[in-house]
Amino acid sequence: MSGAPLASSMTAPVGALAPAAGSDLAARLRANSEYLAIPLLALLIAALLFGLFLLGIGKSPIDFVSYVWRGGFGTAFSFQNSLQRSAPLILTALAVAIPARIGLIMIGGEGALVIGGFAAAALAIPLTGVAPVWLTLALMAIAAMIVGAAWVGLAGFLRYARGVNETISSLLMTYIGIAIMNFFVEGALRDLSNPNKPSTKPIGDAYMVGKITGTDVHWGFAVGVALCIALYFLMARTTFGFAARVTGGNLRAALAQGLPVGRLIVACAGIAGACAGLAGFFEVAAIQGRANASLAAGYGFTGILVSFLARHNPLVIPPVAILFGGLVASGGLIQRRMDLPDATVLVLQGLIFIVLLISETLYGRFAIFKPGQAKGRA
Amino acid sequence: MSDAVLTVLVAMLGGALRVSTPFMFVALGECLTEKSGRVNLGLEGTLVLGAMVAYAMSYQTGSPWLGVLGAGVAGSVLGAMHGAICRLPRVNDVAVGIAMMLFGVGVAFFFGKPYIQPTAPRLSSIPLGFWTDSPGLKSALNVNPLFFVGIAIAIAMAWALRNTRWGLVVRTVGDSAPAARAMGISVDWVRFLATTCGGFLAGVGGAFLSLSYPGSWNQGLSSGQGLMAVALVIFARWNPLRCVVAALLFGGAGAIGPSLQAIGVTQGYYFFNAAPYILTLVIMIATSSAKRSARDMPGELSMAR
Repeated sequence: MSGAPLASSMTAPVGALAPAAGSDLAARLRANSEYLAIPLLALLIAALLFGLFLLGIGKSPIDFVSYVWRGGFGTAFSFQNSLQRSAPLILTALAVAIPARIGLIMIGGEGALVIGGFAAAALAIPLTGVAPVWLTLALMAIAAMIVGAAWVGLAGFLRYARGVNETISSLLMTYIGIAIMNFFVEGALRDLSNPNKPSTKPIGDAYMVGKITGTDVHWGFAVGVALCIALYFLMARTTFGFAARVTGGNLRAALAQGLPVGRLIVACAGIAGACAGLAGFFEVAAIQGRANASLAAGYGFTGILVSFLARHNPLVIPPVAILFGGLVASGGLIQRRMDLPDATVLVLQGLIFIVLLISETLYGRFAIFKPGQAKGRA
Repeated sequence: MSDAVLTVLVAMLGGALRVSTPFMFVALGECLTEKSGRVNLGLEGTLVLGAMVAYAMSYQTGSPWLGVLGAGVAGSVLGAMHGAICRLPRVNDVAVGIAMMLFGVGVAFFFGKPYIQPTAPRLSSIPLGFWTDSPGLKSALNVNPLFFVGIAIAIAMAWALRNTRWGLVVRTVGDSAPAARAMGISVDWVRFLATTCGGFLAGVGGAFLSLSYPGSWNQGLSSGQGLMAVALVIFARWNPLRCVVAALLFGGAGAIGPSLQAIGVTQGYYFFNAAPYILTLVIMIATSSAKRSARDMPGELSMAR
């Protein structure tokens, strides 16, 4: 399994693997604080490096921080915008986190988002104006999840059945998904009344997903957070999750135990794809109102970073996603006010990703995080 | 009708010769890296950054060949970063590759923005079609010198891996790190050098994209060629010469869409755009097996474990 060494290092705080002494609460807190401190350190170092980069091209890092704050978090309006942007990040991060638990590095979230969103928009064409709103939206969401699940699930199936590298195949499926959407959006399903940008027919205001009561944030955010909690319990507290983690930790042990490894892998990949497909549904039904090339906005790729930063823990994904949602949301402001290209956010994300992966090497190097070390093992 | 078929076939031949070159360079770079026992999935980012640097340098200096060199240097910087990071303990090379891919693309888009509009001097092609009167064949046989450079590198690499001390060192490191250490070889150093050289080749592949075909710089220049080339190495069973054959095959597949457009078949253009990805996936399915690792795979590759 290509991902096995990664997963075993990334999923270390698993109850089954903790030593007996771990029942001591203080020692456990101390050990787990390592998983908070090191990613935060990585974020800090990446921010410093990015600050030096900005200084190097003659821009002010302080301006940058203040614009990110203003554009992403400072006001009620901008914060709600960040929450809205974090919805697809939460869902595509789940699409990385769940397979990571079973030892797979799946990066097909972008493709499942695009093809899921497209499936939802395509299904809406015959239904709008005929079927009731709730039924239309439910069917659209289900279609998006099924198609997304098939997209990433196929990469999982190929991994199990044929040993095909799932990282490469899931990214290939992303390109295939975008090409298929373009094929239909430029051809058979193109809305000819819209000459500017090839798109499907709009689903219409009456059929759009609304905002969470009292806010300006669409329901995708709430659904994403709820799914994080539900999937945390699925992976941490159920036999399914336990079997998946055993498979991720040691494939041979799982096979020897007679676990249904193939079904577990396909199920985890399918859940992942369904999450990303749902992200596509919300992008279509709550933001864009139609399917077009704007669906491939890179949320799926930022989701990879969110999941790695959250150490593939579903409960940690929402706060990290909000952080990056704010960064994405402030991109426009930074572009206008600081005269920086829109790829600035991509550079920062790439830098954070690299420093984060370097920081993997620091685990276990610091004595303060080791329970029982102070008492002395000699 | 047969005229149309001939037109498509000639256009596909020309396409195969043109489109295959970046595949070839990236695949050769990845082949060398993987021979040393490491996977660099970040070559997609290297390709895009190479394309940008080549275009920018060609525009600034007026010499496209300096652009090619600059692309190679930029690629080796990314390769060196990958190689240096992966030698740290507990760092996963596949994940670092994903990060390098996003980073490389981000840096290329960041610095490449001012170069989208201006026109830089391109690499000139060698007109090998001088003997024919058919204009289609003439344009199909306009071959870029980098194509032949790539083939020469493939032959040299195949020979060197098999016959030289350095080749033996790289293969030993790739097949069994403990054996290499027992021979007194620094495994990390060899892998670092192999990844750096691999990055250089992938950067040159990017230079071809922006300076020859399609021959301009924009943000949609590469969509997965670097990734497909990495998959292609598996199909080529880690043999540089088979990498060339596989690259030609992929080039032909990538040329189906534009070739059909040449005779006026525009229906399904986007579907034929998906053809290379689907072909890659089918080839990966056909050449992989759940029961055993792929034939001739270097033993140290993380996908083998």
